[in-house]
Amino acid sequence: MNKFWPCFFMFWPVLAIVVFAISPSMGWWFPTEAFSPLGKQIDNLFYMILIIVGITFIGTHIGLGYVLWKAVDNKEPKAWFSHGSHNLEMLWSIAPAGILMFISLYQLDVWTRYRVQSKYPKDMLTVAEVTARQFEWRIRYPAPGKKLLPSPQPDDLYTVNDLHVPVNRRVLIRLKSGDVQHSFFVPGLRVKQDAVPGTVIPVWFETLEIGDYDLTCAELCGWGHYKMRGRVLAERQSDYDKYIKSLAHDQGYDGHNSDRDGSAELVKIEKATDKK
Amino acid sequence: MSHIQSEMQSEPHLTHEHGHHSQGFVSQYVFSKDHKVIGIQFLMTTLLMLLVGGALALGVRFQLAWPWRAMPLVYELTGGLFGAEGGQVSPEFYTMLFTMHASVMIFLVIIPILAGAFGNFLIPLMIGADDMAFPTLNMLSYWFMWPAILCFGLSFTIGGLNAAPANGWTSYPVLAAVVQASPSAGAPQTLWLIGLTFVGVSSMMGSVNYMTTIINMRAPGMTLFRMPLTIWSMFITAILQAFALPVLTAAGFMLVAERTLGFKFFVPGNLVINDGAPTIGGGQPLLWQHLFWFYSHPAVYIMLLPAMGMVSDMLACKVRKPIFGYKPMVYSMAAIAGLGFIVWGHHMFTSGMNPALGMTFMISTMMIALPSAVKVFNWIGTIWGGKISFDTVTLNCVAFISMFIVGGLSGIWMASVPTDIYFHDTYYIVAHFHYVLFGATLFGCFGAIPFWYPKMFGRLMDDRLGKLHFVLTFIGFNGTFFPMHMLGIAGFPRRYADPYIHPYMEHLLPMNRFMTLCAILMGFAQLILIFNFVSSWFVGKRSDRNPWNANGLEWSAPSPPGHGNFDVPPVCYRGPYEYSSPLSANSDFLMQTDGSVESRSSGHH
Repeated sequence: MNKFWPCFFMFWPVLAIVVFAISPSMGWWFPTEAFSPLGKQIDNLFYMILIIVGITFIGTHIGLGYVLWKAVDNKEPKAWFSHGSHNLEMLWSIAPAGILMFISLYQLDVWTRYRVQSKYPKDMLTVAEVTARQFEWRIRYPAPGKKLLPSPQPDDLYTVNDLHVPVNRRVLIRLKSGDVQHSFFVPGLRVKQDAVPGTVIPVWFETLEIGDYDLTCAELCGWGHYKMRGRVLAERQSDYDKYIKSLAHDQGYDGHNSDRDGSAELVKIEKATDKK
Repeated sequence: MSHIQSEMQSEPHLTHEHGHHSQGFVSQYVFSKDHKVIGIQFLMTTLLMLLVGGALALGVRFQLAWPWRAMPLVYELTGGLFGAEGGQVSPEFYTMLFTMHASVMIFLVIIPILAGAFGNFLIPLMIGADDMAFPTLNMLSYWFMWPAILCFGLSFTIGGLNAAPANGWTSYPVLAAVVQASPSAGAPQTLWLIGLTFVGVSSMMGSVNYMTTIINMRAPGMTLFRMPLTIWSMFITAILQAFALPVLTAAGFMLVAERTLGFKFFVPGNLVINDGAPTIGGGQPLLWQHLFWFYSHPAVYIMLLPAMGMVSDMLACKVRKPIFGYKPMVYSMAAIAGLGFIVWGHHMFTSGMNPALGMTFMISTMMIALPSAVKVFNWIGTIWGGKISFDTVTLNCVAFISMFIVGGLSGIWMASVPTDIYFHDTYYIVAHFHYVLFGATLFGCFGAIPFWYPKMFGRLMDDRLGKLHFVLTFIGFNGTFFPMHMLGIAGFPRRYADPYIHPYMEHLLPMNRFMTLCAILMGFAQLILIFNFVSSWFVGKRSDRNPWNANGLEWSAPSPPGHGNFDVPPVCYRGPYEYSSPLSANSDFLMQTDGSVESRSSGHH
């Protein structure tokens, strides 16, 4: 019975490791694999730290379990009268220092490529300006064939919540906030950047596969924080061009020249309802 | 110093027994200047607030497990005060719940239970002083808590029903600066900031007092390196508070000025908020984050260091062994405090501050893990070769170590800037800080309460009830917070009233239900603690001066100590951890006051 408590304190780390081990198969893991090159690197760093942390967790708990087990069992008349060991202190100061230094230096490269503007890739396409506001994402694209300028142009194209980007291309968005602080979070791409009022932050990413990626807000922005749901749609360059053109067409449509059979009426109706 | 000591010894009331002073009830128990009464007042207040904060947390958990379902009983019991029509949790109310949960737990529970309750009670007793250096200031430090509690409480009602601060405990502007941005938190948010200032004033008065007392009022022979680690931790915490708090207070006043007087510190121009008129001015929202975290990161250590110190003391006593590496323990606490001032930026890795700063803060943050690791190894070393007895105190101390390992290790992902990009503001961080603040600090307190209870009330707490409370809390705690790591990896963001509208999180609902059930178990387990605490006061086994055969000066005073603490002015002959010393032939402990054997300095060389 006197071994009950050491067992109790050893049982839970075992359970914790088991839960970690079965998590990927239970769906308690990354929502999807990373669909961006930097996301893949982030995942690799995650797994690297997981290995180091896992070893440390297991090691310290084996140590804790061992000393508890022995301390319960201690048949000596008195406990070991020791004030410590200088050598051990040196060992367990220097070893973790080295490991921690290794982890932090190992991260710098990915961080630099991700965030330091002078290291950004040169061949990026500035696709859109994304303005977060309570509680939606407003998106401004340049007109087909034009470049996105910092200030809004008369022929800019506007949508809400759906950000289209060409796949396999390094794209850059200008992230802004219209009111309070928000955060542009695309779990599938491992992208997160706060949108800070009064500041334009360039954010770049590259999608590796065609698809819809959930876009959520990761910084408390008011009562509707949870419902700022958007999408990043990665599509073929041709589809992307088509989308921008149709957006330009819809936005420029004045309702008179019926170059669209039937759908023109629909567009008109939709526009009318939008205005309400 | 010598002047004060001689004065102390010549003071006649030192040798008086409790009750000799003809104090009225009010001056003895209400507006008391006695550090022990103030400490116990703090302890009871914080335990009460612990229940309040816990109830708020259960509200949060309920919504995450059964989104938009009417909360059972709450609507009926409060007469419709809380919750939307029919008792449903509205998204506004949900935001208030987690904001106030964090505010209450941090400012009214964790900080005051460590520094206020245990700091007040233990510092003079452990260093052999008759009271704090400034008893009146000490009394005020307790009574300044109440305006804060009042402000926090009023903020629930003053803006009309269903209004409370709803901008997170971090209160980031622009959300917290412009009333239209969160209309339900108008006046309440301002009140919250004023309450925060009162808490700050209370802490500041405490910290001035602790520093002065520890520096000036130690008993003869109590050199700095003979001080128990609890005292070291309280001393370092007091320094941290004294240097960090002014920044928060200033920031709080700036935000109040912004909200009420039209100053523009944090709000930039040209924002159209909630279809209002465009804002004017040229503030910078990141300024608040820098100022806030410049305090609130050291505050994390304010919320942890005293628990580390107390656990060291309790652990050494329970394994009958000197602390392994006393001086490394002191130096690592000092290192944590020092580094604690240059890591605040790790809360802002995704905030858009200069990315070069991110790298610097990453390295300093990684380095602060080092002294924490050293402490863990030293605790394990302390148990190594000891003779342990598992009572409530020991269990909570061991849980402290185990949980602190988890909380410390999970921090590494967030200290690394690239992985933090993904984990920032997900449930991963929620798991991390609950493992540190609850898993470490509160388990430390759950150990400290029964350990020093006999000194407070002269009676022992019930050990079986204590163990039951521990087991239920431990299971409930891990059941609630361990799965949060998984949620974090799954990209589950914090502070979402209904995460399940996002398809990629739909499948996490069953897990959240499990966590909520564990949280309810944990919440109700705290009633055992309260019951044990109150009932032991009347029916607990009577305790002598030194029920644990411990070494500290406090155990040479009567239980409970009278006014002036010691019946014999204590003299300190050695370090606090001389357990199982070969010098004491008949017992396995050697009290600091025991002058009958040859004096010996502590610490290893």
